[in-house]
Parts: sequence; structure tokens; C-alpha cells
Amino acid sequence: MTDLLGTGRKAANERTQLVRAGLRRRHRNEQAFRILGIVAICCALGFVALLFTDVLRKGIPAFHQATLHLDVTYDPTLLNVDPVPERTAGQSDADFNAARLAWQRSVAMLNWNKVVEAALRTVTPAGLEIDSRQLLTIPETNARHVIREAFVANPNLLGRTRSFDLLASANVDNWVKGNIDRELGDAQQQMPAQARALVDGWVADGTITQDFAWGLFTNVDSRAAPASAGLAGAFMGSLYMMLVVIVLAVPIGVASAIYLEEFAPKSRLTDLIEVNINNLAAVPSIVFGLLGAAVFINFFHLPRSAPLVGGLVLTLMTLPTIIIATRAALQGVSPALRQAALGLGASKTQMVFHHVLPVTFPSILTATIIGVAQALGETAPLLLIGMNAFVASVPGSIVDQATALPVQIFLWQGNENRNFFEARTSAAIMVLLGLMILLNAVAIFLRTRLERRA
Amino acid sequence: MTNLENAQMDMLAGKVKMTQQSVNTAMNPSDALDRPIRLTARDVTVHYGAKQALHGISIDIPDRAVTSFIGPSGCGKSTFLRCINRMNDTIEGAKVGGTIKLDGEDVYDPNLDVVELRARIGMVFQKPNPFPKSIYENVAYGPRIHGLARNKADLDEIVISSLRKAGLFEEVKDRLGEAGTGLSGGQQQRLCIARAIAVGPEVILMDEPCSALDPIATAIIEELIDELRENYTIVIVTHSMQQAARVSQKTAFFHLGNLIEEGVTEDIFTNPVNKQTQDYIMGRIG
Repeated sequence: MTDLLGTGRKAANERTQLVRAGLRRRHRNEQAFRILGIVAICCALGFVALLFTDVLRKGIPAFHQATLHLDVTYDPTLLNVDPVPERTAGQSDADFNAARLAWQRSVAMLNWNKVVEAALRTVTPAGLEIDSRQLLTIPETNARHVIREAFVANPNLLGRTRSFDLLASANVDNWVKGNIDRELGDAQQQMPAQARALVDGWVADGTITQDFAWGLFTNVDSRAAPASAGLAGAFMGSLYMMLVVIVLAVPIGVASAIYLEEFAPKSRLTDLIEVNINNLAAVPSIVFGLLGAAVFINFFHLPRSAPLVGGLVLTLMTLPTIIIATRAALQGVSPALRQAALGLGASKTQMVFHHVLPVTFPSILTATIIGVAQALGETAPLLLIGMNAFVASVPGSIVDQATALPVQIFLWQGNENRNFFEARTSAAIMVLLGLMILLNAVAIFLRTRLERRA
Repeated sequence: MTNLENAQMDMLAGKVKMTQQSVNTAMNPSDALDRPIRLTARDVTVHYGAKQALHGISIDIPDRAVTSFIGPSGCGKSTFLRCINRMNDTIEGAKVGGTIKLDGEDVYDPNLDVVELRARIGMVFQKPNPFPKSIYENVAYGPRIHGLARNKADLDEIVISSLRKAGLFEEVKDRLGEAGTGLSGGQQQRLCIARAIAVGPEVILMDEPCSALDPIATAIIEELIDELRENYTIVIVTHSMQQAARVSQKTAFFHLGNLIEEGVTEDIFTNPVNKQTQDYIMGRIG
């Protein structure tokens, strides 16, 4: 012992040797941990890169879609339609409206496919034999509606010709993009040989081009006309839900956190509440869906598939996140600031609202945006309250039937038209990820901005 | 620095050499105790849960003078200071017993609003803690919440004269809109003093106001305290016996939650009655 702690030259040298011996091992450990860390980061980055490349590779083609450029003639011989009813003198509003409705109904009853077919025939090479059924598989089935709507909007088109950009069917899109093996036999092809030849010819002469798929953003989901399926309905559904979440979860969450942290007496009850809030944050989201179905739909009889109910469920799910993050932010405020305010004679409320909240505002805002982003991406609870229903309209309010972006991705992923919807699904994922990145960027921007000002 | 070191050497040698301010006091030794009494404490006890932090403190604080509390760390001097403006209320599990009276009014009277009390008894803390707002807002905040200014002109006047009294105005007059947290440590502490003065308190409590400052900033604050005693009753907690000797007229020595000895500063430092006080002043405990 005395030797080890000796103060002589020899003892000091021995100690140095011991330290050196240990030093090598310490350096080795440090090196090992550094390498482990780098490997972990590389793995994580690799997986993220893999995910993004896969999504981008599959999704980007979906933003362009095979489109037919056709001159459509509203041929009076095909369209046996009365002139639009004019308002006669002395006619009542109700009679006039009834007459207009009857006219619209008669227009809808016409066989518009004949008009489409005639337009297609004008660009079909003379030598090619193709029957009408096969010919009509080339444009998407909604082509006749597009042409009819244009006519209803402008009845003067009768006897005239107008050019249209019509979506090609999903099969044509696949064929044009090369998603289908050209060497496969007729029996395995999705389109008959004449139609394939015709499409190839149209691609060559520019009748079919790949245009930017605005429909992906402006159209609602569609099963009858898959090529026209879009995200507008799901986007609005998600937007309404986010509104409900922001309006409910943010004030309730922040107010609960402020009360619990600043005003509530420390008692067994508040401890219990705190533990429960922390546990709620770990509850699987699907449980919140069950709760929503049981409480909001079965008990309160709120409408099924409505953004209101979806928003309420997501609010419940987001609340713990917001409360926990806000409390953490409040706990992080230095006691010196509180004492400064109290020492001047500020009341507790004044201390909280004049000093503590302004300082924590950036953190609370970030927590809120991240909570909302999490809610935006949530799917499971929405399935249980009927938001996976097929909804072919844009919701006009929070009580209309709607679906949400992540649910739309889920629905498209399960669509039987795999060839076509695989790309659509990835495109929808890109839109959702884009929104998420946007939300997070806003959070970061606001945070740095507010922190710089403070 | 050399001044401080010299003072320390002298003190250790047992021959206390007073600085300029203390010499003034020495000329009128009865000055501190002849003053009217502003604050009286009787049998003040504080419990933090089961632990008793203060054992029956009784002391009178004279008007318009500086009273210093000295003693080793954990002796209860800060705890007692925080009883005076009821800052202990904010600490979970703290229980205060006994009475503290400001001008005969019980500070712990349940009918007395703590907000009003703290407007009358200002406080300056150990670490400068300006609000993360502009210099102007820092000083204007107190008058604003208490409704002391009728209009903007009044408020401007309060802010400027408070900054003047705190000896900070000349240094910051061109940047009142800049953040108070951007000032140096000593300036921040003077800003905190200005902020306390702006409410128009009768008593100012200072909890080791110089412990986070360098010697030059400390000297400026000490000078300021000496000026302020013309108009305010000041109670200061300090670790530095030299500081107590320099700025205060009355000194109280705390040890292990007890008030061991109190009296005119000069008497305490030159002629302590109690053995423990002697030991502390000679540097044998603490």
C-alpha cells in the first residue's frame, strides 16, 4: 500500500506505467463506441434512404399520366336532344326549373359513348379493324361524363367540335409506361392486340402523351374510373380533421399542462393524473379508435366516417403528447425568472402569462405541430370509425363523409388493380410525406424565429 | 482586488480596518440603533417538511439603514430574508411560524394580500435575473402590473428615474429598447435593483446580490447600496464579512438556524460578545 502511494520517483514511474496500461484499453473502448455509433447512424440513414428511393422510384411516374388529345364533335345525328328550354313569358320559377331538370335528364340519357367512339374513329388509321367495345377501353370510362358536362355547361356546342384532354384508361397508362411485358401472349395481356397497336400508333403521332396528372390533386377517389382517382377528398378530410384537432387539442392540452404544472396543488390526485397522462401517451392508437366508435358514434350518435369524429379521436390521441411536452417546457423555465416576477409582486397568473408562457411558447408550438403531424399520419383509429369507407366526393364540412390521406393510402394499397395503383399509392405517400415535412419545417422555422426574437 | 485582500488580511489579524462608508458609521456609533424600527420579527420559525430551518428568530430592522445578515452556508439567513416578503410561500412544504411586522402590520395576516406586500418589500436575488425583455420593459413591468403610472409619460419618468437611482441610466440611455439580458453581470444586477425600485418599495431585500459578480461590479453595487440607504430600508444577506462591514450599519450573525448575535456593525466586528461570532469573524468556523 505504502508503495502504491509512495511519493518517490520510482513509485511515480510505476503509477505512470499503470495509467498507460489502462490508457490503451480506455482508448480502445472509446474507439469501439465511436465506431458502433457511426455504424448505427449509417444503418438508420441507409434504411431511410432505402425507403425514400423506393417511394420515389415507384411514385414519381404516377405524377404523369397517359392523356388522349381528341377533337370531339357534338354531332346532332348522334345527339338527338331538344333545344335548351328558354324561359317563356309568365312561366313560374318552379316550372322553368322543372323544364331545365327534364332537359338535363334527357341529356344524361343519351348514349355519349357514341360521341366518344366517333371522336376516336376520326384518329384511327383506315386499315385498322377494331370493334367499338375494344375501342372504348382506351379512354378512361369517365370520358363520356367529361364530354357531357361540357355540353350541359354550354349547349351551343351542338354541331361544333371541341378539343379535349381525356385521361387514358389505367391499362393504357400501364402499357404506355412499359409496366406490362410486351412479349406476353394475347391471353395474358390486359388489352386486345388491335387496341395495343392503336395506342402505340397514337403515342407515336402525339395523340397520346404523358401529361402532368393534375387529377391526382383535384379529383376524388374513383373505382369505376381508376385512372381518374385522386386525393382531393382525402386531403380535405385530413384538413378538416386537423382543424378539429387544432381547435380542441391545443387549447385543452396547453391549458391542462399549465394548470397541472403551475396551479394544481401537489397531491395524490394530481400524481395519479400525471401517471395516467403519461400512460395514455403509450396506449395503442387503435384503442382510441375503439373508444371513438363506442362513445362518439354509438353513444353520442355522431355521424360515421365524419372528420368530426376522426378529429375527436385524434384529439384524444394527441392530448397526452401535447400535455407532456408543454409540461416539460414549463418545467424547463428557470426558477430565477419565476422569482423575479413574484418578487416584484406579480400574481401567479401574471407570472405564468407575462413571463413563463412567452418564454416557453416556441417549445409549446413545436410540440403542438409535432403532435398534429403525428395525428395527420395516424390510420388505425380511423379504420374503426368508418373513415375507410369509399367516399367519392369532397367533404363540404366536418360532418360529411370523408376519408383521410393515410387511409386513402391504405385503401389504394389494397386496390385489386395492382399494376396501376402501386404507383398511385407511392404518389399518395409522397404527398403525405411532403405535408409532414412541410409541417415540421414550419415548426422549425417558427421555433428558430421566435427564439431569436426572445 | 488588492483592497479586498488587504481587508481580509486585516480582518484575519483581528484589527478591522473600516472602509470609507463604515468609517462614517464609526463616527456616529449610535446611528444605526437610534433609528425608528421598520420591521420587527418575533420567534420566527421555518420548517421545510420535517426539517426545522429556523429556530425562533427575533430581530428589529431599523428604518433607512442597511442591515446585513452574515453566517456560514445553510445557516438560515436567506431563509429568514425570504420570510420577510413571503417568498417562502412559493416553496412546497415550507411552514413559517412566529410574527413579522412591517410598521406594526403582520406580514402573515391572512387578510393581507401577498401581492401588496411584495409591492412594499422589493427583492434583489443572488443571480441577476432580468426578464428576457427590453431594458425599458424590465423596469416598467412592476409599475405597470401595480397600475402606478397613469400614462406613458408617467411610466417613462418612473423608468428613467429608477434607472438613475440604480446608477445605470447613463450607461443604457441610448439602448433602452435592447434586451436586458444583453447587459454585463453587474449592469444586469443594477437593472434588477432599478426594477425593484420602480415599484416604490419601502424595504429592499437583497439576497447575496454580489456573489455572482466580479470585484469591480461588486464595488459599484456596494456604493449604490450606500446611496440607496438614504431612502430605503435595506436588508442584505452576504457571505462576505468585508461586504457586511463596508455597507451595513447593523449586522446579525446566524448559525445553524439560530440568530447568535446582532448589533451595530462596528461592535459585531470589533467586539463580538458571543464566542461563536468571534470564531466566525476570525475565520475559525464557516
